[in-house]
Amino acid sequence: MNALTTMMLLPILGSLLIAVIPSDQVLRIKQAALAVTLLVAVTGVLTWFNFDSADTAFQFVQSVEWIPSFGINYAVGVDGLSLVLILMSVLLTPIVVLAGWNESEGGRWSAKVFYILILVLETMMIGVFAATDVFLFYVIFEAMLIPVYFLIGGYGSGDRAAAAVKFLLYSLFGGLLMLASIIGLYVISGANGGHTFDIAKLSEMHNYMSSTTQNLLFLGFFIAFAIKAPLWPLHTWLPGAAASGTPGTSVLLLGVLDKVGTFGMIRFCLTLFPDASRTFTPVIITLAVISIIYGAFLAIGATDIKRLIAYTSISHFGFITMGIFAMTTQGHSGSTLYMFNHGFSTAALFIVAGWMASRRGSSKIADFGGLQRVTPVMAWSFFIAGMSSLALPGLSSFVSEFLVLVGTFTRYPVAAVIATFGIVLAALYILIPVQKALHGPTTPGNENLPDLNIREKVAIAPVMAVIIALGFYPAPLLNVINPTSAHILEVQGFTDPLPSDSAGK
Amino acid sequence: MTTSTSLGYLIALPLAGSIILLLAGRKADKWGHLLATALSASSFGLGLYQLSQMLRLEPEERAFTQKLFSWISVGTFNVDAGLLLDQLSICFVLLITGVGTLIHIYSISYMSHDRDRRRFFAYLNLFIAAMLLLVLGDSYLNLYVGWEGVGLASYLLIGFWNQKPAYATASKKAFVMNRIGDMGLSFAIMIAFATLGTVTFAGVKEASESASTATLTGIGIMLLIAAAGKSAQFPLQAWLGDAMAGPTPVSALIHAATMVTAGVYLITRSNFIFDAAPTAQLLVVIVGAVTLIFGALIGTAKDDIKKALAASTMSQIGYMTLAAGLGPAGYAIAIMHLLTHGFFKAGMFLGAGSVMHGMKDQVNMRRYGALGKFMPITFVTFGLGYLAIIGVPPFAGFYSKDLIIETAFNAGGVKGILLGSMTLFGAILTAFYMTRVMVLTFTSPERWEEDQHPHESPILMWLPMVVLAIGSVTTGYLFTRGDALVHWLEPVFGEHGEHTELLPHKVVSALAITAVIIGASIALVKYQFSEVDAEAPNKVSILTRLARKDLLQDSFNESVFMRPGQVLTRWLVKGDDNVVDGTVRLVGRTALGAGAELRRTQTGFARSYSALILIGALVLIAGIWVITQ
Amino acid sequence: MNPYNYLYLAALLFTIGAVGVVVRRNAIVVFMCIELMLNAANLTLVTFSRINGTLDGQVVAFFTMVVAACEVVVGLAIIVTIYRSRRSASVDDASLLKR
Repeated sequence: MNALTTMMLLPILGSLLIAVIPSDQVLRIKQAALAVTLLVAVTGVLTWFNFDSADTAFQFVQSVEWIPSFGINYAVGVDGLSLVLILMSVLLTPIVVLAGWNESEGGRWSAKVFYILILVLETMMIGVFAATDVFLFYVIFEAMLIPVYFLIGGYGSGDRAAAAVKFLLYSLFGGLLMLASIIGLYVISGANGGHTFDIAKLSEMHNYMSSTTQNLLFLGFFIAFAIKAPLWPLHTWLPGAAASGTPGTSVLLLGVLDKVGTFGMIRFCLTLFPDASRTFTPVIITLAVISIIYGAFLAIGATDIKRLIAYTSISHFGFITMGIFAMTTQGHSGSTLYMFNHGFSTAALFIVAGWMASRRGSSKIADFGGLQRVTPVMAWSFFIAGMSSLALPGLSSFVSEFLVLVGTFTRYPVAAVIATFGIVLAALYILIPVQKALHGPTTPGNENLPDLNIREKVAIAPVMAVIIALGFYPAPLLNVINPTSAHILEVQGFTDPLPSDSAGK
Repeated sequence: MTTSTSLGYLIALPLAGSIILLLAGRKADKWGHLLATALSASSFGLGLYQLSQMLRLEPEERAFTQKLFSWISVGTFNVDAGLLLDQLSICFVLLITGVGTLIHIYSISYMSHDRDRRRFFAYLNLFIAAMLLLVLGDSYLNLYVGWEGVGLASYLLIGFWNQKPAYATASKKAFVMNRIGDMGLSFAIMIAFATLGTVTFAGVKEASESASTATLTGIGIMLLIAAAGKSAQFPLQAWLGDAMAGPTPVSALIHAATMVTAGVYLITRSNFIFDAAPTAQLLVVIVGAVTLIFGALIGTAKDDIKKALAASTMSQIGYMTLAAGLGPAGYAIAIMHLLTHGFFKAGMFLGAGSVMHGMKDQVNMRRYGALGKFMPITFVTFGLGYLAIIGVPPFAGFYSKDLIIETAFNAGGVKGILLGSMTLFGAILTAFYMTRVMVLTFTSPERWEEDQHPHESPILMWLPMVVLAIGSVTTGYLFTRGDALVHWLEPVFGEHGEHTELLPHKVVSALAITAVIIGASIALVKYQFSEVDAEAPNKVSILTRLARKDLLQDSFNESVFMRPGQVLTRWLVKGDDNVVDGTVRLVGRTALGAGAELRRTQTGFARSYSALILIGALVLIAGIWVITQ
Repeated sequence: MNPYNYLYLAALLFTIGAVGVVVRRNAIVVFMCIELMLNAANLTLVTFSRINGTLDGQVVAFFTMVVAACEVVVGLAIIVTIYRSRRSASVDDASLLKR
């Protein structure tokens, strides 16, 4: 059976399994959820090993007719880009389950519903990256909103209902614009060789469009992805949603769901509309640079630890978008790697921040202080995650951030230079909470906070291991990413700028 | 050259130490410091072994690189995790591991009462590993890893006692200011890759021969910014004084002997760039000259012994930077001063630590006095370091500083005279503030606070001080005998041609010694032979007041960068809420308002609905009819 | 016979039904009027089927009848329930949708 379909079916079957466990056996439900997500992770890793990184075509392809009268297929397949993101998703899910062992309790509904939602979401996370049929992608893209909406609205904290609605409306707005563009593409494909939603065939369609049509269709896709990613000024849903959701939800939201935006930019915007991409590149690079600096400043000014992390992500997504539209192999590979690394470093930050908040009963930075002496392991975990977020060399984010910067510099030096100022701001937005929360005298009320228990250590250890290991040895990922990045750029007709001083000589 | 041992072990040993100590937790409290010291010492042993291997070979064959694995490879951007051992890096390897090991030994005793001693040693080992990576990396990117690695270690160690908010702030300040420098290094690497297509030292060196001057000037200036950040050079110097918040061994190792000299390493390592970029080179000289005076001026007014030494470090690195900016004639001399400085300044910092150890962590020199009687070993070792730093022959600092002054004078033209005078003036200041430190601490009458019982430190503390003192006495002679160090480094820096000699060697020496005598005499008159207040006097000249405030460096940074930055942050936070999100909320409110208005048409009466439907249908039919007609 | 007469009849029935829905208050009567309109539509369908000589219209008419039957079942049930709870079959009293 096809590996991708198997991976998508497993969580669904798992959710059915959980559905038959009585609601009062909470522990059994959690164990089942963990077992299923671990199984999926193992499948994901096996898929990884079976992947032929030299081949730039889609692999593990499966295509089944779904709605033949419209030319819609259930079609899946992965290349280097989507494989990396799927791997990230399936690795993060069990960690989220384990780290947020108790966060399903005290919600509006039972723990059972929580894990069913998580598992359904996992299926969709795999599907959204694996889909090679634009319609299938769209369906999953929109359907993903449903479990996330309930996860935030039902299990979050604070003003969770409002945050969930805002998230839903923003995403729907983008999704509908994308739907219009998809229908446009479908109509054009009908006039040029038969109706289809197959991405490979649709990527030929730009030859038959006027530039206006192409620009409009491009914008439909791009705005949807820019909301997802999120890019300034379409970002205001993120801090609320991330701060209100449970830590686990926020990890999946920031770590995986938002990546659909940047993934979509590469997979759809660039591939389907190469000319429009070129037209809009200056605008997008500008927005990306604004996001980098703007997100960083807002993170510096944030008083809530979860909102702070959300704002740092806006800055990081700026880097990713900039790298994508720099149209160099370094920028592209860097951005793809960045997506993976950001998933893990943000996961670590959010998970630890969640533990801090649940222990203290508050996520205000000012309520912490001196944690390094009270809860050393937790403080260290937060510190390492923070160091990864500020792209300390030797940790994974550095490799990707530097690749993005170098890749951008060769084509857009000004943008890269401004973006580089973001690394100084990054030092501030990480070290300020580190100082306030971890250093200094112990704030009254925090003296007896418990340090991480075994379960929590087991949950955070693999994340830390990935962050550190990939910092020193990113080759396993880069080897998979590079051919795909090179291939995408080659199809686009871009070549890397030559070293300017040796070119003439 | 092939070698049986991998250079990787040099770094791996201390790195393993820090990881083991951090992961083992409290279980390692008993043996952690011993393991860390042993690993640092074995790294030193490996360094000596490498040196012995190198000595067997011809000078041109001594340098070699070792590829460990391919680190980042995307398109044409290929960076290996590669190590380069040559005559320059071996100097640093031995300095780092040698002084590092001594300071490990010292810290065993110095930190013995701290409940987190294990963590301290873990950080020290982490620092050693990162610093070795910095000097052994074979490309700018590898150097960058070590560069930020030492920044991290420095951050952790400055903030070692971060339960005090001021210390936590100091560590943050150091990290952020270093990051500004790091940004310069990023830019340099980006420019190098975009213009030259490579980031390895060897590659850039080769490409620089055909590169345009503009490119090299750009890279050079960016490297200078990086060096200024790491080496506390003007205008990124403000963090060093605050960095004294760290435990004293840290100040000795990181903020005197090794890490802060990394900037000098970077500039000398990039000699091929600066040689071909006169503008950048000139800037290096200017930065060095400004810092050397700047630091020395601050040093004259500090009452905190560690801050006085820190200001001195800043000034001495200014000397090195200046020398490194003088081109081929200066590189080797900069390194020489760096090495001698590593010995005497580390020794003096350890001495200061020993004094603090005996004086209940009192750092105010106005509360010292007459300690020479109670701490003879500290007094002697500190005194030897003192003689070395002010440049009394035949101590180490004399040789190296003398050469810098001479090279500065011989730089030619007005520039030479100007630089030479500045270095001489710096020498006067150095003699003054160091004599002041010496007198206030050891020889002037006692001004202790009550309940002080000064005593000599235990052997584990004074032994390293003695070793370093021996170094401060002998190294200058050893390095200059037959120009040993200059010749040793020649394969890296290239031979420099004969330079115009403005002043003969002997005249320069005489001038330098005169400068020392002037400076030392003023200090003696002011502090040894006249009463010293136990409280810092308030009625002082404006210059002293400025120097006490570090020549307003913090006020400047705060008013130009920090406050506007804070205001901007506040504005952006408000703007994001009110303008950006406000727009979104406005859309939402508009929709709600429109709904509220339209709801009035919904009366709830089924019959009025049906009437409306009927009318609507009729209108529709009428419409169609009109159109089709 | 001229098939157009059936169309006139259907239009007449539809109008009666429509006016009945609008002016009558009793839910049962309103309901009957709706049935009247449905059957008027059915009559048109059958008529057109006859005029065009195809069976399509008659097929749709059967569908309509089935749907109408279902609708009657549901609708009458609702009306009976409302009557039980409110003691009134006036549609104006049941303006619950407003709130």
